Amino acid sequence: MKNGSDHGTKNVLVEFLLRLGDDRLILGHRLSEWCGHAPILEEDIALANIALDLLGQASAILHLAGDVEGKNRTEDDLAYFREATQFKNLQLVEQPNGDFAFTIARLFFFSTFNNLLCDVLQKSSYETLAGIAAKGFKESSYHLRHSKEWMLRLGGGTEESHRRMQNAVNELWRFTGEMLVFDEVETELQRLNTIPDLSTIASQWSGAAAAVLTEATIIIPFRQKDSGQAGNHAVSGSRHGFHSEYLGHLLAEMQILARSYPDAKW
Amino acid sequence: MNTSDETTLLERFKSRISAGEKIEPKDWMPERYRKQLIRMISQHAHSEVVGMLPEGNWITRAPSLRRKISLLAKVQDEAGHGMYLYSAAETLGVDRRELIEQLLSGQAKYSHIFNYPTLNWADIGVIGWFVDGAAIVNQTMLAKCSYGPYSRANLRICKEENFHKRQGYEIVATMAAGTTEQREMVQDAVNRWWWPSLMMFGPSDNESPNSAELLRWKVKLHSNDELRQRFVDLTVPQAQAVNITLPDSELRYDKKTQHWNFGKINWEEFWNVVKGNGPCNRERMAARQKADNDGAWVREAAVAYTMKQRMNR
Ligand SMILES: [Fe+2]
Ligand SMILES: [Fe+2]
Ligand SMILES: [Fe+2]
Repeated sequence: MKNGSDHGTKNVLVEFLLRLGDDRLILGHRLSEWCGHAPILEEDIALANIALDLLGQASAILHLAGDVEGKNRTEDDLAYFREATQFKNLQLVEQPNGDFAFTIARLFFFSTFNNLLCDVLQKSSYETLAGIAAKGFKESSYHLRHSKEWMLRLGGGTEESHRRMQNAVNELWRFTGEMLVFDEVETELQRLNTIPDLSTIASQWSGAAAAVLTEATIIIPFRQKDSGQAGNHAVSGSRHGFHSEYLGHLLAEMQILARSYPDAKW
Repeated sequence: MNTSDETTLLERFKSRISAGEKIEPKDWMPERYRKQLIRMISQHAHSEVVGMLPEGNWITRAPSLRRKISLLAKVQDEAGHGMYLYSAAETLGVDRRELIEQLLSGQAKYSHIFNYPTLNWADIGVIGWFVDGAAIVNQTMLAKCSYGPYSRANLRICKEENFHKRQGYEIVATMAAGTTEQREMVQDAVNRWWWPSLMMFGPSDNESPNSAELLRWKVKLHSNDELRQRFVDLTVPQAQAVNITLPDSELRYDKKTQHWNFGKINWEEFWNVVKGNGPCNRERMAARQKADNDGAWVREAAVAYTMKQRMNR
């Protein structure tokens, strides 16, 4: 986008930026919960490192969303003063951390997606976004490498680690579908040439995820929309503010101080 | 090795120490020196790791994205400090796992300061200011100590601690200049952390069993009381600059000595916390034990995977 003056364009762009920013904010927050509690000190450091990258990306993207929106909202206003239904992150990233296998499998699924997305977005004609995506591409390449290594170790380690990894993948699978669906928001931005075509991401993601799962000797679940198994249906609606109950609790904790003293500077 | 050899080696060791040379891992050293260093370095490492918990307590509630990011980065640095220090201890012929097990069994100690709770956001600022500040005073000395790997680890750590302290003081200064509630939070945190921070340097040297030996070997270069005084002298003007009152009615500047005199420290409280009866000892140990137990299957999997990879090669 060359300028943000067109009203409708502005709205879709803000919407798209919120989706990007919120995914990174919420996953960064979840990963930060591990700090001090990881299986080994090296992993306290690695997970914090990844959380820091994601929170840094979130901060830059939400700042930009506030600028484009033009209502004087800062990245902190957007992070701390919105309600759960106004958040546009995937349900995938708001799920509690679970065990280490769950955390790693989620990180792997998201990082694979993030890396593909940033690779495309760094070619955007919208330069500010392209710059953020270029940084995100480098960072997510490391996140992907790190989580992939653990996918292989846990999948191929002991019987217990294999079982836990398979459970994690089974549990998480129903959250991955909506990650790969782009709607009228992205389509409109593509039409306006603000962002490049995203249509290859879904199949690339499926191929990349399947390759690692196979190497990790993990069985790839069916897309549950087709399987029709009760309770296993794919979730949807996150991008429009429909969430699991976990998000409200996460936000209650995250926002408590900022909201208790709205006039304070920290 | 016969006794005369041993005597020669000991004499050489002593003269190297007095010449200010660094002792390196492969050099001969008295068993006591090795033992004392393992004890000190591992306690220091454990303190860095347990120290992640009180501050980690506020990562998910930090009031802005900037503060969230800098706090997470700080706690991550402390994990890094733990790693450098475990590595420094390993040069003395122990392994990290052995040391961690000593921590988890309660056999090894860590700094008593981390057994106090973080109750409001200002605690994060005050910990950076006081606790990292006190650590800097101590570690600046240790960066000059006679054992090479420990000295270098401290040099590296000090750079980051300085950054932590600045960051903490900046939180304090911001809040102290903020709303009435924010000022109250800072004063409350200062009241709770001041005295325990003074205790961080340990009891007076005449009551500290290891001090004389450590000073002789130049593992320590200053007494606990000297270090404590330096910390007080540095901190009082910083408190005045942000209009915060330190909770000691006996605090007076002595023009003759050019030092700040301060009141009596409650050593009973200190020993009580060291013995395990501080406000959070149980919670800190439980958190470390839980992380270790929950992580056992992960560590086993990593080992098993590496073995399989090797066999396949
Ligand atoms: Fe990074
Ligand atoms: Fe440290
Ligand atoms: Fe520190």
